Amino acid sequence: MPDDPRRRTKSKYTADRGIPGAFEGETVTRRRFMTGTAHTAGAVAASAFLLPALGFALGPLFEKEPVRWEDVGAVADFNADTYVPRIFSETPGIGEAGKTTAYIRKHNPRFDGPVQKPEQYGQFIAISTRCMHLGCPVRYTAAAQRFICPCHGGVYDALGQRVGGPPVRPLDRFYTRIVNGRVQVGPRFSVNSELKRFSPRYPGEDLDGIGQYLYPSRPTQRKLPPQ
Amino acid sequence: MKLKLPAPPIPDQLKPAPRRPEEAPPKGPIETAKEAGITAVDWVDERTSLSGGARWMMFRKVPKGTNWFYTLGSATMFAFLNQAVTGVFLAMYYDPSPTRAYESARFITNEAFLGEFVRGMHKWGSTVMVILVFLHMARTFFFGAYKYPRELNWVIGVILVVLTLVMSLTGYLLPFDQRSYWATIVAMNINGTGPFVGPYLADFLLAGPGFGATTLSRFYAIHMLLVPGAIVALIGAHLYLVAKLGTTAPPWLKAEPNPELRKEVA
Repeated sequence: MPDDPRRRTKSKYTADRGIPGAFEGETVTRRRFMTGTAHTAGAVAASAFLLPALGFALGPLFEKEPVRWEDVGAVADFNADTYVPRIFSETPGIGEAGKTTAYIRKHNPRFDGPVQKPEQYGQFIAISTRCMHLGCPVRYTAAAQRFICPCHGGVYDALGQRVGGPPVRPLDRFYTRIVNGRVQVGPRFSVNSELKRFSPRYPGEDLDGIGQYLYPSRPTQRKLPPQ
Repeated sequence: MKLKLPAPPIPDQLKPAPRRPEEAPPKGPIETAKEAGITAVDWVDERTSLSGGARWMMFRKVPKGTNWFYTLGSATMFAFLNQAVTGVFLAMYYDPSPTRAYESARFITNEAFLGEFVRGMHKWGSTVMVILVFLHMARTFFFGAYKYPRELNWVIGVILVVLTLVMSLTGYLLPFDQRSYWATIVAMNINGTGPFVGPYLADFLLAGPGFGATTLSRFYAIHMLLVPGAIVALIGAHLYLVAKLGTTAPPWLKAEPNPELRKEVA
């Protein structure tokens, strides 16, 4: 339609395009403006319930777990040569499901080397029973001096270092401290094959070489700061 | 022998007028009930025009050679309906708290009337549904029914398979016995081994750095609200496309051209 004045000009002003009721200097037609307003209002209304719901569901990813210390017995209950199993509550408020077992002994410089810093958290060695393949509970067999996992045959030596089967790193450990002659077990930490401390990772996540970058530390659980 | 009750002594003006010969005989209760049903359906149809859609959905033309393999999709849908209905009733007794879940599941099995049966239907039904969904998928694959123009329906079907498996995974935790607990721990740790996003995905599913107080209710919400809603919506889309595009003939059926259609018309 070459005679249609609205098609004749490409001007950005609605007045030049011959749109009825155009204002001077107006570039957006009222129809487009109303469409945009309706879409924006819809988007605002949808975000008003979608964003809080999403944040609500994702919140636990960024919430730091409080540091808790659980009493596991007197200092005299433990020795430097063999492990004593202790059951304690790792996650409070969920009954039996929140309990876990750690094998605990005194730090032994003969095979543990010097106490890692911060030193007040390393006087006792508490080894987690969570297998580093997929999280089944391992058991310490004193005769063989091995931690053995019943699920898929993971085997660890007396220090928790992997010696066989599918696990990818040594067993996790817990921070320990001594308060008034009692041993307390604190947060979990992970170790690589040189027993260097890392913030806790899920089982199955390698911490040697590229693994420590593929599986980053999470905001929920960090290493304890040196004091 | 027919008994005739004596007529009550009422004035003639109040007596019902006898039927005139040109009037239709009075309707029996069955006819009245039938008519009431038709009237109700007509009333809805006049206001919704649903009958056209129902005819479009139900009275489709199907190709020659349609056989029992074509019922696998409906079978899967009925398995899902079984899961939905039994699940709703299980939810009436189930308590998704870490200290109460096992006890409530035990109550369903041992004490609630027919609880063992409904729980059994839900438990075995889930396995049946997974088997049927894969048989249906295999039928579609081997019959070539995923080809143009049905690719989108294949894609929707694959999403439905994944959602079915998500249902199996999240439902497995709910009885909260040793098997459920450790299976979930293992499954979440497998999630965690995905590079970069794995640890955060596991944190999201567990609602924290490990199995915690709200993990069970999170799994419960995913199992009974989030995923079923998505499954219902996608089954709707899946069925719409089946009705819209029609079904395929089995691959062993050769096309037989109608000689009438090949005749040249002068």
